[in-house]
Amino acid sequence: MHYESSIREPLILGDKSYHDITVEVAKPIETKANKAWWFLFSLALIMFMWGVGCILYTIGTGIGTWGLNKTVNWAWDITNFVWWVGIGHAGTLISAILLLFRQKWRMSINRSAEAMTIFSVIQAALFPGIHMGRLWMGYFVMPIPNQFGSLWVNFNSPLLWDVFAISTYFSVSLVFWYVGLVPDFAMIRDRAINPIQKHIYKILSFGWGGKAKHWQRFEELSLVLAGLATPLVLSVHTIVSMDFATSVIPGWHTTIFPPYFVAGAVFSGFAMVQTLLLVVRKVYKMEHYITVSHVEMMNIIIMVTGSIVGVAYITELFIAWYSGVEFEQYAFLNRATGPYWWAYLAMMTCNVVSPQFMWSKKLRTSLVFTFFISIIVNIGMWFERFVIIVTSLHRDYLPSSWAKFSPSFVDIGIFLGTIGFFFVLFLLYTRSFPVIAQAELKTILKSSGENYKKLHDNGEH
Amino acid sequence: MAENKKFWTSFEELGNTPIAQKMANKEFAEEIPNEDFLGDAETLENTSTSRRDFLKFMGFSTAAATVAACESPVVKSIPYVVKPEEITPGMPNYYATTYFDGNDYASVLVKTREGRPIKIEPNKEAHFNGGTNARVQASVLSLYDSARLKEPMMDGAESDWNTVVDSLRTELENSENSEKDIALLTNTIISPSTRSILNKLQTKYTRFKHVTYDEFSVSHKLDYYEKATGVRGIPHYRIDKAKVIVSFGADFLNGWTGQNIDSDYAKSRKPGPDMSRHIQIETNMSLTGSNADRRIKAKPSEMGSALAYLFNKVSNSSVTIPVADLRADLKMAMDDTAAELLEGKNKGNSVVFVGGNDAHLENIAFAINFALGNISNTVALGDTVFMRQGNDTDVVNLLAEMKAGKVGVLMMQGVNPSYTLGDKMEFDEALAKVPVSVCFSEKLDETASQCKYALPTHHYLESWGDALPKVGIYALTQPVIKPLFNTRQPQEIYLSLAGEDNNYYNFLRAYYDRKTAEVGISHAWNKVLHDGTLEIPLTAEDLWEKEVMFVNSHETEEFVYDLLTSADALKNEAIGGKFELAIYQKAGIGTGTMANNPHLQELPDPISKVSWDNYVTVSAADALDLGLIYEPQSNGAINGSYVSISVDGVTIDKVPAMIQPGQTIGTVGLAAGYGRKGIGKAGDGVGVNAYKLMSDFSRTYQDITLTKVDGEHEFAMTQLGRTMMGRKIVNTTTLDKYLNEDSEQWNETPMFHTHEGHKEANEISLWEEHDHETGHMWNMSIDLNSCTGCGACVVACHVENNVPVVGKAEIRMFRDMHWLRIDRYYSSDMNDEVAEESGIGVIEKFRKMEDPGTSPEVYFQPVMCQHCNHAPCETVCPVAATTHSSEGLNHMTYNRCIGTRYCANNCPYKVRRFNWFNYNGNDDFADVNPAQDDYGRMVLNPDVVVRSRGVMEKCSLCIQRIQYGKLEAKKEGRAIPDGEVQTACAQACSTNSFVFGDVNDTSSQVLKEKGDKRAYHLLEEIGTQPSVFYQTKIKNA
Repeated sequence: MHYESSIREPLILGDKSYHDITVEVAKPIETKANKAWWFLFSLALIMFMWGVGCILYTIGTGIGTWGLNKTVNWAWDITNFVWWVGIGHAGTLISAILLLFRQKWRMSINRSAEAMTIFSVIQAALFPGIHMGRLWMGYFVMPIPNQFGSLWVNFNSPLLWDVFAISTYFSVSLVFWYVGLVPDFAMIRDRAINPIQKHIYKILSFGWGGKAKHWQRFEELSLVLAGLATPLVLSVHTIVSMDFATSVIPGWHTTIFPPYFVAGAVFSGFAMVQTLLLVVRKVYKMEHYITVSHVEMMNIIIMVTGSIVGVAYITELFIAWYSGVEFEQYAFLNRATGPYWWAYLAMMTCNVVSPQFMWSKKLRTSLVFTFFISIIVNIGMWFERFVIIVTSLHRDYLPSSWAKFSPSFVDIGIFLGTIGFFFVLFLLYTRSFPVIAQAELKTILKSSGENYKKLHDNGEH
Repeated sequence: MAENKKFWTSFEELGNTPIAQKMANKEFAEEIPNEDFLGDAETLENTSTSRRDFLKFMGFSTAAATVAACESPVVKSIPYVVKPEEITPGMPNYYATTYFDGNDYASVLVKTREGRPIKIEPNKEAHFNGGTNARVQASVLSLYDSARLKEPMMDGAESDWNTVVDSLRTELENSENSEKDIALLTNTIISPSTRSILNKLQTKYTRFKHVTYDEFSVSHKLDYYEKATGVRGIPHYRIDKAKVIVSFGADFLNGWTGQNIDSDYAKSRKPGPDMSRHIQIETNMSLTGSNADRRIKAKPSEMGSALAYLFNKVSNSSVTIPVADLRADLKMAMDDTAAELLEGKNKGNSVVFVGGNDAHLENIAFAINFALGNISNTVALGDTVFMRQGNDTDVVNLLAEMKAGKVGVLMMQGVNPSYTLGDKMEFDEALAKVPVSVCFSEKLDETASQCKYALPTHHYLESWGDALPKVGIYALTQPVIKPLFNTRQPQEIYLSLAGEDNNYYNFLRAYYDRKTAEVGISHAWNKVLHDGTLEIPLTAEDLWEKEVMFVNSHETEEFVYDLLTSADALKNEAIGGKFELAIYQKAGIGTGTMANNPHLQELPDPISKVSWDNYVTVSAADALDLGLIYEPQSNGAINGSYVSISVDGVTIDKVPAMIQPGQTIGTVGLAAGYGRKGIGKAGDGVGVNAYKLMSDFSRTYQDITLTKVDGEHEFAMTQLGRTMMGRKIVNTTTLDKYLNEDSEQWNETPMFHTHEGHKEANEISLWEEHDHETGHMWNMSIDLNSCTGCGACVVACHVENNVPVVGKAEIRMFRDMHWLRIDRYYSSDMNDEVAEESGIGVIEKFRKMEDPGTSPEVYFQPVMCQHCNHAPCETVCPVAATTHSSEGLNHMTYNRCIGTRYCANNCPYKVRRFNWFNYNGNDDFADVNPAQDDYGRMVLNPDVVVRSRGVMEKCSLCIQRIQYGKLEAKKEGRAIPDGEVQTACAQACSTNSFVFGDVNDTSSQVLKEKGDKRAYHLLEEIGTQPSVFYQTKIKNA
């Protein structure tokens, strides 16, 4: 009896040679963009420009152009901020934590995931800026030596922690991403025919020569940066959550926030990666690299983090009841049954119910369904932040100050503008950067026994 | 040898080879690769710019750029050529004066800075009415109203005073010669000297007659007391002596007879065994009713019978008034009221008021007061108040004569009949028949714009004058600023017309000297001017330029009208249609003369919290019948329906309807004073004109029609939540519990479980404690028991702190900038007990708790920055723009603020206000914000910075006043005595609800208040340790 142990599924399908990978990754950069790309790019650019207009209007006229009021002083601005920061979590998580855990499947998605991180952190960073009443005085948040006497920033303020957390995360992520890009840029450079293009990629690739020493340094730096980035993945959203957790507002003042926010961030980040990559793999024909098993893996992460988030929601409700604090109890009751019940319902359905479908193997390997759920999760996570911010603020301690919030066209315009800006950046990225970390990917081309088995079966051995 | 000594560095040099020669001419041994980094060396060498030139150009450019960037805004300030002795720039001067506009009367101090009046403050040393209400506080802004009439107008064109006066004199003589009347229609004139001038006019022109008219007429009441006592005036109600106060529709805390009753009311409401009980029987939910211990709803048509029923119950006389059928609940309420009035200790110490303008109601009320022995005690009959003098009959006669063409000249002062007389009175038609019409007015308003002569008058802060508000009180008005425009006091014109060659100031002085000599009191003029008021002995009664017969007491049971006649009259009057209407005044706008004052428009109604609007108030039950809505929109703002209202054929087509808890079913209320024309950008067209509906001088109409019309009205409200949701916010208890139970029973201190046992909130803290013992520690006590919710403090705060006015659209966005707000809470019919009894779930319970009851109790709570000693706002500001002071205050540094609004979010009291726009520069606010107007800007307090866009602001507990007080004390080398430093709100409050002071001063009042068993901190359980605390409200129920 012939017994054969099962062979690990290959991470790259389609019998690729090293050259095939090079050609296929470089293809979007070396060929002209199709109509679909131009259509999407124009759409994104229009949205972006509309957002720029709204931002300029805000800066020129005042925050009064938004729908805020004396009770709800933050709404879409900080909702969008937290949402974008959350989305920005998947990239670094994939590239850093999965690198440390030696999850090789990450290699075909980490480049795009990291790009998404960088681009969404850019969107996120916009909001703390423009939400300020006096943006031009924004440099006050920097601990700069000054001549105002002993005037210093307030290190007690979570907003200040935010400034440090976001800027650190952004710079580390950017460096990490860029380091990974260097050998790939060198590959493009080597293939480039157009001298200008060649020159640009020459500069970008920092004189990469592919020597063994280069590779060694590359590996070491990647590992160090992964080590640095890993705590940041956890710290950034922890600190963002402290904007709320350290306050006295019922619904914000919750110790569960740090882990709950991090789980939520990973959850939304992966959903956004799914949304983007399902399109990318289709448009750029990367089905052999970004395989169904990648999608499945990420769906499992979405399912797990979604469930963590769900547990957190329920814990919050329980603790509100258990605390015996009337304000806390009312805050959570009001979330679920007050004027914003629909937002709470949207949050619960999108974030808690929808990922549970991923228990089914059939559903989590269905690309259409995954795409649908990824959009749902993104919507749900936006609502989660809206629920936390607006429904906590709108009815806090004194009923005399209770209010409601309705966005103005500027609120909506700025949000759409950031989506436009994000896609402008992402679309440009897909046409100028290798969307798959091909140099790294080549290291796993033969890591499955599949090829050898095939060769054996074909009698070539 | 030595001369030939040579130094050399190489053999080549020694040998003087060609290489050495070449090297000697070069500075560097090797060629410097200039070209490599400077580009084309040839061009470079050919340029004429030397290094020195380059540095010169560079230096010049830098200096020029620096100079160009340094241009500072041009501020025109002109120094005094000869500095007035009393003015020190930066130091305020105070002048005592008197405010009277026909409606409100107040003895005030005017704060001026560099010669400009900037604030009205109460004259606490005045003998009478030394308090200010919202209108008096706001009146300073009306001085700087750029919509004021600036030049005398004749036939619609600008003219000059000489021409006008000459022409007027001719007109008067012509009229006299053609035997036509010369009528002067004024509001109540309490100035004895003015009356004296009018007497001179009377002597000169035989056809001259003077008619007095009050918008909110109490003419029939006055007729009644004139008949009863011989003096046209209202008795001084000594409510401070009253143990039981029963008011039938009299909104006595809000204007009414001009007497400042609220301070007396607060005195009688001090919690203790002697605390008075206040029963209010009324139609609309009034300010007074909302303060009552018991509020009974009654329609206007039921007032008469309720009053008559009460009379029968309390009177032991032989007369019993037949009472028409009375609602059972009203009957029961009257039985209770009678029992309370008759209780031994209350005998002779109660007071029964009636509102409105009805002699027969007054007759029965008087009979009740007589039966209870209140006359001469709480109803001080001889102590007459003169602040209402209107005579309805005279006005009606005048109108008839005008229509008949018998009036040759009509002069008007202080009145606006075209606006305030109902459509039925046809004033405009009558005016058209008068050949010469003259209007003395501050504005080219509804009446002035129709007159031949529109003559601008001084604002009271520019005027001289005197006043006799009440028996025994004489007061002076003095100008505190040179007239801003080409205006004159009417008195000057009257003097000219009377042929007197004298100006009013000289006349006034001469009058004063003559009169004081006559009554035998010698008081220096300057002293009275300084003090503002003078108490004159009762014998000085003849200061009043008219013979009066004075009756000190009313001994007989012979009332002015027979009680049965009165009862009959009331019965006939009681029509009782499907809907009844009661017209009222708002605490802000009043009669509407200051409707262009943005501070008053922005001040929300104390009850409904609606600003920039008037509306029909309807009960929830009627609203349901009529299908009227009260719908929160997506931004929380409320939309309401419109109704059309008609009274005796006069209709207002589209009036917004507001569902008002506590409104009597089958009745509606409507505030007068809105719907103005021609008074300025802020006030024009705000609301509808309720006066239009008045077919006589009554304010209640018993048969009106009300129909819903299409459309939704957008209300602008400063408060949307209506109830306390079962939380301890306004802590309240009954007098009985207060007197007999331990304070923990009714004023519980929140305790926390810790591992060390139970602890109070301020004992558990993450933060280091501040030092509260050294120096000052400012605290404020707010007595919720004496606060009537009138809003005077709110306006005072706005004026003092340059709080921006934002207008209706922004208020609707819920973005008022009020540093101090008065929260109003209704009681709900739902609470934990009710929910448990009726088995209602928690969700449903909270939902029902949001709705006020149909006859709710009302609570007021002034809330400003609580100046927490562990302030949530301070910890979250990233740039430390809000910090704690060593004196227990929470500071706000506008310059440092970057506007993240985190502090406002984290404030549990929601008292922080963000500058959403540049209110003093943005064109959208040009119509409403006085700081955008060249004149309006003059009222800004120079001690308080005007905040820019994008910064947070809030109450500072008037830090500028604290600093001023500290500096003054320091200069004089003394401690600050308690009460010397006052915040604007504390100062403005007539009921002394605010007590501000230093708790480190052991003799301070505020320290005593802090130890009071009624004291509590708002939301103490959060551990914010506020410097502001509240006193529990005690209901005498």
